[in-house]
Amino acid sequence: MVRNKLILATAVLSGVALATPAAAQNEQFIPILSYRTGAYAVNGVPFANGMADYYNLINERDGGINGVKLLVEECETGYATDKGVECYERLKGKGPTGAAFFNPLSTGITFALTEKTTTDKIPIITMGYGRSDSKNGAVFAYNFPLLGTYWSAADIAIQHIAKEVGGFDKLKGKKISLLFHDSPYGKEPIPMLEVLAKKHGFEFTPIPVTHPGVEQKSQWLAIRQNRPDYVLLWGWGVMNGTAVKEAAAVAYPREKMIGVWWSGAEPDVTPAGDQAAGYKALMLQHGAGKFPVHAEIEKHVYAKGKGLSEPGKVGEVLYNRGMVNAMLGVEAIRKAQEKFGKKPLTGEQVRWGLENLNLSDARLKELGFEVMLKPIKISCSDHEGAREGRVQQWDGKNWKVISDWYTASQSDTEPLVGDVSAKYAAEKNIKPRDCAKES
Amino acid sequence: MLYREAGQFKTTYAEDMAIFPIRQDRMAIAILLGIAFIGVPLLADFDIWPFGSDYLLRAILLPFLILALAAIGVNILVGYCGQISLGSGAFMAIGAYSAYKLGTGVHIPLAWLGFAISIPPLPVLLAILLGGLTAASAGILFGVPSLRIKGLYLAVATLAAQFFFDWVFLRVSWFTNYAPSGSVNAPTLDFFGLNVGTPIERYLLCLIFVTVFAVLAKNLVRGNLGRQWMAIRDMDIAAELIGIRPLYAKLTAFAVSSFIIGVAGALWAFVYLGSWEPLAFSIDRSLQLLFMVIIGGLGSIMGAFVGAAFILILPILLNRIPSELGVPLSTETITHLEFIIFGSLICYLLIKEPHGFARLISLGKEKLRLWPFPY
Repeated sequence: MVRNKLILATAVLSGVALATPAAAQNEQFIPILSYRTGAYAVNGVPFANGMADYYNLINERDGGINGVKLLVEECETGYATDKGVECYERLKGKGPTGAAFFNPLSTGITFALTEKTTTDKIPIITMGYGRSDSKNGAVFAYNFPLLGTYWSAADIAIQHIAKEVGGFDKLKGKKISLLFHDSPYGKEPIPMLEVLAKKHGFEFTPIPVTHPGVEQKSQWLAIRQNRPDYVLLWGWGVMNGTAVKEAAAVAYPREKMIGVWWSGAEPDVTPAGDQAAGYKALMLQHGAGKFPVHAEIEKHVYAKGKGLSEPGKVGEVLYNRGMVNAMLGVEAIRKAQEKFGKKPLTGEQVRWGLENLNLSDARLKELGFEVMLKPIKISCSDHEGAREGRVQQWDGKNWKVISDWYTASQSDTEPLVGDVSAKYAAEKNIKPRDCAKES
Repeated sequence: MLYREAGQFKTTYAEDMAIFPIRQDRMAIAILLGIAFIGVPLLADFDIWPFGSDYLLRAILLPFLILALAAIGVNILVGYCGQISLGSGAFMAIGAYSAYKLGTGVHIPLAWLGFAISIPPLPVLLAILLGGLTAASAGILFGVPSLRIKGLYLAVATLAAQFFFDWVFLRVSWFTNYAPSGSVNAPTLDFFGLNVGTPIERYLLCLIFVTVFAVLAKNLVRGNLGRQWMAIRDMDIAAELIGIRPLYAKLTAFAVSSFIIGVAGALWAFVYLGSWEPLAFSIDRSLQLLFMVIIGGLGSIMGAFVGAAFILILPILLNRIPSELGVPLSTETITHLEFIIFGSLICYLLIKEPHGFARLISLGKEKLRLWPFPY
């Protein structure tokens, strides 16, 4: 009998679980795919907090975007591709007009969603990650790798190394290793680095680390034997902290390590303690610290007790990045509202807003992001919009910016973008759009 | 009262040997198939809740069907032949990647022989079935150790298959057509000139595969071969003494099981994911399939379906309940609660019924026959 009741209860609950609540009319639905559990939670939590807090700020301070309230829902992916796909299916149709866009925060999920989002006409924002070839908007109409792809990141990293060794001509014969997370995320920079290795004559060795990346002893043994001049780190989650610790264990100088912008936040270096001092990482334009927008968030969100983060962590690197990501999405919706009207918009309409997004210095200042970001302008042929970066160094307590702005050289990246996106278009029978005719 | 076979007389051997000898069982299966083949598409066509949205089809039914198919494959090996395998994920991967290679064209340059082997891109259906065959041959290869080692030791040997193929598909870029990120895209799904694109079409495609293979598997395990497998499972020495060749019995079990798992892997990649990386077929997938079979019931085709539903759908439901009821909980609390409740349910179930859902179902049937005075 107990068993029967249990079955009945499960049946009732499952019915309830699938019921969709009625949605209010003047609301724009925005999904957040986040991971607050698992091996990547250390990085996933601050990012998700930054995003949610910024959306909250828009609702609390401005009452939404031009009066259209933001309806936000989180879904836990655990950084797993199949769960990410389930979350996508769960959230894509919510709200009066469906999801405005998706931020998967995982290159694996981005690959899995790319075809689905094109069919469903929902843009996918992959700020600083995702498919590097999706910079070509003519083929990837719905993918937006804003602010920089991994190929741009690789190019910036090599530029910085060249500057440290005293010029591109000095790169010849140097040994550069890439310690990467063995997934689409970690593999993305490899073709670009191979191109650059050929061009500048340095010796490039990729060294894979298996998910989740807590086991790196043999990789660091290989590094100790090979003694590369530089180690590039393409890690995420617990892998970053482990890499820094292992470097210290084999006495590899931390100054010679350069992490990608996903390996350059506080949770990546604090576990290693003093051993992390000297470690360098790229910056996806912004770094840590507080700017005018933080004051707004503290006033309108935290003062009302609606903030998600511990107050001490507001202004950390990944929190800021979550905020930047949310801001770009919000501005895209605002742009799309100029054309389609001040009402909840569909994914297809928001896509137009993203493709025509143009944030000048003045506008960034208005938004309170003036020192954090450079102007960004998206177009049909350029879904990246900006490809600048700097390098920061951990001094044991804080991240210090140690370089000027670098701009990834398009003459290096563009041939690869063209080749790989053309191959994708051929595979999928996509007829590239004519960007000259797009408005 | 309803479920009683009194009065159903069998007058031919064929009736006696039917898959479902009891009329009520036949009716139940017919209704189930009717709902699956006609009911669901109709409901989806008329946009009737919850079938109108893609969610149920694309995120629940599609993975459920494909994983149930894989669980049938695992059940043949583990449940019917008693050979514990932790390599199911690898066999899925072999099915997926070989179907991908065959579907996009194979080119093997044999420079030292002065020629190259080239196979043009094959039709998707053929590629999927050949993917299954490739998995079957790999299964036979990795089944050879089973002739000498048993039980947990065999599990460790199959684990080698899992890690070996994980490594192969990550490292050998020939298998991924030299994709820079190691992530590959399935070719467009054209079956006899028909493009299978919408969720309902994909659902029907998988349903056809699952039905055909389930019927085949059910008949195999009832026949000569299945009886050999079960004899080996129950006591291999005794089986050998009555004239069953372990080599033949064990290797056929590996072959059939890997074939079905390989086809499921190809469907998982082509129909469900569309774009995938080796992580989709990691050791986690092997364990997931093994749990499905254990929870569902070893040695039962029906159990594979129930097990797949339990392992796949229950966590999703648990995850959705709080937000749909409007309980304000953070996503991390919900996820942790999901793990706790799901884990305790597994423990509870295995304590109460170690033989899984299949045993529960057959017990239920027995009791129904004696209703209203079951004992």
